[in-house]
Amino acid sequence: MKYQSQSIAKLYFIAAIGLFVGQILFGVILGLQYVMGDFLFPEIPFNVARMVHTNLLIVWLLFGFMGSAYYLVPEEAERELYAPWLAKLMFWIFLVAGALTILGYLLVPYATLAEITMNDLLPTMGREFLEQPTITKIGIVIVALSFLFNIGMTILSGRKTVINLVMLTGMTGLAVFFLFSFYNPDNLVLDKYFWWFVVHLWVEGVWELIMASILAYVLIKITGVDREVIEKWLYIIIAMALITGLIGTGHHFFWIGTPGYWQWLGSVFSALEPIPFFMMTLFAFNVVNKRRRDHPNKAATLWALGTAVMAFLGAGVWGFLHTLAPVNYYTHGTQITAAHGHMAFYGAYVMVVLTMISYSMPIMRGQKAGNDRAQIVEMWSFWLMTVSMVFITLFLTGAGILQVYLQRYSEDPMTFMVTQDKIEVFYWMREVAGLVFLAGLGAYITSFFVKGEEVKIA
Amino acid sequence: MRETFTKGMARNIYYGGSVFFFLVLLGLTVDTVRSLPKTDNSQNLTEEVAAGKRLWEINNCIGCHTLLGEGAYFAPELGNVYTRYGENTEAIKIFIKSRPKDGIPGRRSMPQFNFTEEELEQIAQFLKYADGIKTARNWPPNIQG
Ligand code: HEM
Ligand code: HEM
Ligand SMILES: [Fe+2]
Repeated sequence: MKYQSQSIAKLYFIAAIGLFVGQILFGVILGLQYVMGDFLFPEIPFNVARMVHTNLLIVWLLFGFMGSAYYLVPEEAERELYAPWLAKLMFWIFLVAGALTILGYLLVPYATLAEITMNDLLPTMGREFLEQPTITKIGIVIVALSFLFNIGMTILSGRKTVINLVMLTGMTGLAVFFLFSFYNPDNLVLDKYFWWFVVHLWVEGVWELIMASILAYVLIKITGVDREVIEKWLYIIIAMALITGLIGTGHHFFWIGTPGYWQWLGSVFSALEPIPFFMMTLFAFNVVNKRRRDHPNKAATLWALGTAVMAFLGAGVWGFLHTLAPVNYYTHGTQITAAHGHMAFYGAYVMVVLTMISYSMPIMRGQKAGNDRAQIVEMWSFWLMTVSMVFITLFLTGAGILQVYLQRYSEDPMTFMVTQDKIEVFYWMREVAGLVFLAGLGAYITSFFVKGEEVKIA
Repeated sequence: MRETFTKGMARNIYYGGSVFFFLVLLGLTVDTVRSLPKTDNSQNLTEEVAAGKRLWEINNCIGCHTLLGEGAYFAPELGNVYTRYGENTEAIKIFIKSRPKDGIPGRRSMPQFNFTEEELEQIAQFLKYADGIKTARNWPPNIQG
């Protein structure tokens, strides 16, 4: 660690991992509710557990992104962070606001939460992923703006590397597109149309910039490959991400009352969206093969390569699977969607944050890399989580294919609920895989506490 | 990558490409918003429907159901529930009203929301309005959603 202020990232990463545990616990609850419908009912109904699961995911990824930025921006800019105190203050504000929001979901009925937070003044609640009370949303904007100011000032008064500029652009985009969450017209079609300006333009747009810059940074550090080469890759990856992903938004405008031309535009452009993910895979393997040094942090290298592969599988392959309008006509809003959502989020964003943590955490703890035994446990956790996520995806895909056939395709379509009963065995298998994932997460956390011979900073 | 393909070229593709396609998205958005009245059933978007949408939101119905295929996958699609229930808002209201408070042993069940008659009517009208939105190819593929 070259600059003292980089260590603020540690705070963010610890919070991220803590919330990750909460996310997965609720994931396992949801999975059980799929097969034992009355589990925890009426105390924690499915919709509440689902909000907790998805919102914790988003919040911990944001902690992860911000932590990553606080770590890499000063080092790239070759100066201390502009205002470390602000980063610390915002950390606590974000953590408290996030915790209160989750407690609100769990402790009072959602309608009551809407009432106490005065949703009526500016109604924004009750839309998928954007369930946070309006006041929490405002809090998120304040945190995001302070964060942007902080890294912006650091970058502008320091060395302006491509990695830093891409990170800054991605984070700015994240904040800007989040503003669409405040637009909630009564017209349902309009509401849905602009809802995707947050959700799609995040995960298939600006978040890809953040992801690519983190990946590029870690790869430079662990391989020692020339910056020029890495920066060229970085530019072309994010170019392809935006060129395909902006109009690719159209793959959500097939069946929500929007004009028919979206079926063509959305299909064609989103079918190209796997390209940037594939390039990330090529990039990572290429750079690791050309490495100029063997970094002692083997676990971080594994995470980096794993991210590149799993993001391509989850977003690229599973995304392509249902992105063409004639296919999506049948799969829209089924377990196929859930299958893709899981592997894409895990493969791209969960894994890239874990890559950054894997690389930077040992350094912030005064070592160059984790000790051998700690790394072995960490690599075990990598395989447990990644393989179980592959199985979650496969089981949900199986469930989805049957669901589509029984409920939408066959001569004599079954009702939704009858179909769900027929495919129950897949949900049981998903739950088992989910428990393995949880075990993997346990191993991951353990890896931070495994003692062994220290790898000193060279 | 090849030496002939320089970093500068990559950068220009990034700037040019993203600005260009952002503007295209903007243009298409203007066109979409303009042509929505043909399909979005806004002629039936009454005060009552708007109130129903708010109730839909503050009870987080989307946390279990899909609406026009978006939402959660735990409970049935509701974008065509009005059709599925024989174009009868009363039937929808009776269903919502009759959910047992403590659920159904061993099975998924919908919470009892204790809506007033007025609220029930608003929600039913919202679902009727949503059903009236003209989706391409008349999505969903069949009545089961
Ligand atoms: C890392 C990047 C990605 C993430 C995190 C992601 C995540 C998701 C999630 C969570 C949903 C469900 C949204 C909802 O609740 O309605 C979704 C839907 C969808 N995604 Fe992705 N996605 C990514 C990339 C892609 C790519 C590259 C493609 C296309 C090649 C794609 C195609 C789709 C399609 C077609 C849907 C709509 C499914 C439906 O009709 O129900 N996604 N994605
Ligand atoms: C890091 C790992 C995980 C990530 C990134 C993740 C992400 C997500 C996302 C994005 C959604 C919304 C899905 C959509 O709209 O398509 C979701 C829903 C869900 N997740 Fe996870 N999840 C993870 C782990 C788990 C685990 C381990 C389980 C359970 C065994 C689980 C069970 C569920 C269930 C049941 C839903 C609700 C799907 C529905 O609406 O019907 N998740 N998760
Ligand atoms: Fe998308």
